[in-house]
Amino acid sequence: MSVGIPSFLIVSAILFTIGLIGVLLRRSPLTILLSLEVMLNSVNLTLVAFSRQVGGSDGQVFALVVMGIAAAEVVVGLGLVVAMTRRAMVLDTDELRTLNG
Amino acid sequence: MDLVVFFIASVCAIASAIAVVAQKNPFVSALALLANLASLAALMLLLEAQFVAAAQIIVYAGAVMVMFLFVIAYVGPRGEIGPGARKPWLVALSVVAALLITVEIIVVVVGASLGEVASVDGDYGSPAAIGKALVTHYLLAFEVVSVILFMAAIAGVVFGAGGRPVRLSTDQVLAKEGESAVARRREASRAALEAARDSTTGESAR
Repeated sequence: MSVGIPSFLIVSAILFTIGLIGVLLRRSPLTILLSLEVMLNSVNLTLVAFSRQVGGSDGQVFALVVMGIAAAEVVVGLGLVVAMTRRAMVLDTDELRTLNG
Repeated sequence: MDLVVFFIASVCAIASAIAVVAQKNPFVSALALLANLASLAALMLLLEAQFVAAAQIIVYAGAVMVMFLFVIAYVGPRGEIGPGARKPWLVALSVVAALLITVEIIVVVVGASLGEVASVDGDYGSPAAIGKALVTHYLLAFEVVSVILFMAAIAGVVFGAGGRPVRLSTDQVLAKEGESAVARRREASRAALEAARDSTTGESAR
């Protein structure tokens, strides 16, 4: 293998940062969920890279479990978005401050 | 060869991730995320994780993204909120914090000596190897994930289908506009009816 494991780790760090900036700065819940997916996938890449480094299949199993949890998270998040739409609420996370204390 | 594939896939992944974050239209963001997933699958193939790469394409691109696109189509243009309208210092702070995390990770990764990469045989990353690990050593995690997915499906149905949709009827719209608007519309429709009746009687008389 000619490409070193650190290169993969750096790519996944950059992807994680891009997703993080999206989660921090975007206001549409749909885009926030999509940015979260970017973050989760970058972590998956890290897990697979470390799994290759060690030579075991544990990291890959972990990545598969992360995929399952990400699917569950997306279902709940999109369910909330649909509920907000049906109640004619504004799809803007800055406007949703009823629980703001 | 590996280097070329790595370079292309990582550039595609980073570019599509930026597109996911920066696009105003969530539909375009979702399509960019598809490109991101495909390039990540290519990177995983370089790491000889064939099964995870295939699952990435099938589960994410096949199932999760379809759900995303359905909801984006359901929400429609109301989901389009641009990245603007944040306080500038907040934007600067977020970007600086995120970049600090990246620099930190890169410094650690470059500074750490990971040692020799383990040598693997052809069975590494195959569905057989992963499946064996999944149903022997990680059986509990496997079952817990299935229970969590089941609970998430129930939660999705409850959130999505609970309560009646709020939709303003024509009466409510008219009430919002006030009495004068109601009177004006009533007058307009009456005039239209009169005109129609006049024209039909005129035609029959002729």
